[in-house]
Amino acid sequence: MLKIKDLHANIKGKEILKGINLEINAGEVHAIMGPNGSGKSTLAAVLAGREIFEVTHGEILFNGKNLLELSPENRSREGLFLGFQYPIEIPGVSMVNFMKAAVNEQRKYRGLEPIAPSDFLKLMREKKELVEIDSALTNRSVNEGFSGGEKKKNEIFQMAMLEPKLAILDETDSGLDIDALRIVANGVNKLKRPDNASIVITHYQRLLDYIVPDYVHILYNGKIVKSAGKELALELEEKGYDWIKNGE
Amino acid sequence: MANDQDQILNDVTSGDYKYGFVTDVETDIIPKGLSEDVVRLISAKKGEPEWMLEFRLKAYRHWLTMEMPHWAHLEVPEIDYQDIIYFAAPRIKNPNSSEEIDPELRETFEKLGIPLNEQKLLSGFAVDAVMDSSSVKTTFSETLSEHGIIFCSMSEAIRNHPDLIKKYLASVVPYTDNFFATLNSAVFSDGSFCYIPKGVRCPMELSTYFRINAANTGQFERTLIIAEADSYVSYLEGCTAPVRDENQLHAAVVEIVALDNAEVKYSTVQNWYPGDKNGKGGIYNFVTKRGICRGKNSKISWTQVETGSAITWKYPSCILLGDNSYGEFNSVAVTNNHQQADTGTKMIHIGKNTRSHIISKGISAGVSNNSYRGLVKVLKGAENARNFSQCDSLLLGDKCGAHTFPYIEVDNPTAIVEHEATTSKIGEDQIFYCNQRGLSTEDAVGLIINGYAKEVLNKLPMEFAVEAQKLLQISLEGSVG
Repeated sequence: MLKIKDLHANIKGKEILKGINLEINAGEVHAIMGPNGSGKSTLAAVLAGREIFEVTHGEILFNGKNLLELSPENRSREGLFLGFQYPIEIPGVSMVNFMKAAVNEQRKYRGLEPIAPSDFLKLMREKKELVEIDSALTNRSVNEGFSGGEKKKNEIFQMAMLEPKLAILDETDSGLDIDALRIVANGVNKLKRPDNASIVITHYQRLLDYIVPDYVHILYNGKIVKSAGKELALELEEKGYDWIKNGE
Repeated sequence: MANDQDQILNDVTSGDYKYGFVTDVETDIIPKGLSEDVVRLISAKKGEPEWMLEFRLKAYRHWLTMEMPHWAHLEVPEIDYQDIIYFAAPRIKNPNSSEEIDPELRETFEKLGIPLNEQKLLSGFAVDAVMDSSSVKTTFSETLSEHGIIFCSMSEAIRNHPDLIKKYLASVVPYTDNFFATLNSAVFSDGSFCYIPKGVRCPMELSTYFRINAANTGQFERTLIIAEADSYVSYLEGCTAPVRDENQLHAAVVEIVALDNAEVKYSTVQNWYPGDKNGKGGIYNFVTKRGICRGKNSKISWTQVETGSAITWKYPSCILLGDNSYGEFNSVAVTNNHQQADTGTKMIHIGKNTRSHIISKGISAGVSNNSYRGLVKVLKGAENARNFSQCDSLLLGDKCGAHTFPYIEVDNPTAIVEHEATTSKIGEDQIFYCNQRGLSTEDAVGLIINGYAKEVLNKLPMEFAVEAQKLLQISLEGSVG
């Protein structure tokens, strides 16, 4: 589904990603862990197409397409979803309108008619239940005045609505209490299907008690320095990141 | 990053003006220039009674003693008032029959989305269509007259309802009021007149559509709305003009009178030609709008969506004379490219327990300048007056300006006046967030802008709100990158 080959990326002339290689297949959950500043969020942003990062070298194939040639909106319409570490507030724009616009853009891209209003409301209701998000939240403006936990749940709700092929969750666990963490993780687990995949970026092992990854990668200083099964996360928890740093 | 963002803003806000066509219609035009003779000629062309001519002449003579105001935060090039044509009327083949209108004119208004055929009109809307100096057609007049409502062109009102005109014309905006209002009083050519009798709730939205067509002409329309005790009316106004290299002057006057318990809602979607990307051409929109809540418990609300005009100078105001009366001003003003706007309101609290509410949302893009100027004045006798003002500015890009000039004068210690102001920028992160959910940058900007302006757009009648939303987006096309 996703193939990243020798990816290098800069911000303002400073190299952050220094040769990432990663392959993700349908049905898999990959966790990317690493200390602060290792390039985790940069990798997520580059995948989503944020323009402040300049890709200087490498290739990314997403379902056979050259991802780097696609605009951020077309990456989304192709089925790539980014759950933001810091979801953005858009005052005055209701979640309902925002989601309707998003769903319809995706449908249009795929040659489908806009969704019927009654079907849309039904879809909203189903997904709200699935991710256990409070009904009132979707009547409010996008993320406006949401608590940290509500914002993160709202990201999972949007993911449920858009049914991405590849979801990248950027530190979705940061700032969450244990209940919110459980809800977010449950959402992710329920949305897991044999034909989609996810990348869970996290600093702590804690989230991986709830979302069990097939692979764990450790990103350090712009490179993946270690990849293994889920046991790697536990090892990391035990030994801390210094173990990786010292190994360099 | 800042540059990328400006590029986005720039791309999204350089869309084209969609109403810039010219109608080829036979037009009755008088020579350029302004003099007593021209004022007499206009009056004669309209077949006006002597008293109306006298009013115009008084105004004209007063105007000669006045100077153009320069206090606004605007750079207005020198206007040569002798270089303007003060009367241009499309020749109507049979002016006495309201059934027959020139197919060219009908087509023009249809292109603008204003069908003059009653069957085709949105149900619940009556329209007075004004092109250049003349009213072309007023729809549903007969239906309305069954309720005792008078809705006609100002010219017709002067002929058929002289008592009402004599009583109310210039009663809110006197002919000496200000440079542009005085000029309008001398040369106004047409406009709409609306009278709602006591106890009548107007069953449909009344609207006037103003269209400038002829070149080198000024448009000087005059609108008067009278709501008798216990009546209600909602009134809408829309404006467009062709694309031209030279600037054209539009100096209108609108007066509203609300008596006991009456309510008048006045909504404007102003989309005069704003000039091209380099600031060439466009309408100078110098307008005086004022309402008086003369009766107890009366209400006047102004809602405006201002996207057009090269220069806008406009302060729809409320004089809150009756006890417990209420004034409201809701505004979205967009400036892009080289547009300039200095707009806001005046709320004059005279009666007891009078209240006013102001929401102003400025949006600036390109190299434009957008100013809010407002006055809240509480007079000595205005016990328990209340005002709340909220002035927000949104900047797209870093070459535009947003300014706020709130004036507050309070002469009664029981008054409570509140003012809130914010300034923000559309963030690249907001746009990216929308992009990531599949929305194009243009749609994202439209969504964000409409969210920002929602409080005001919600005040517009449904059909207008939808149009206004689209218009906001179009006006800013090419301004976000």
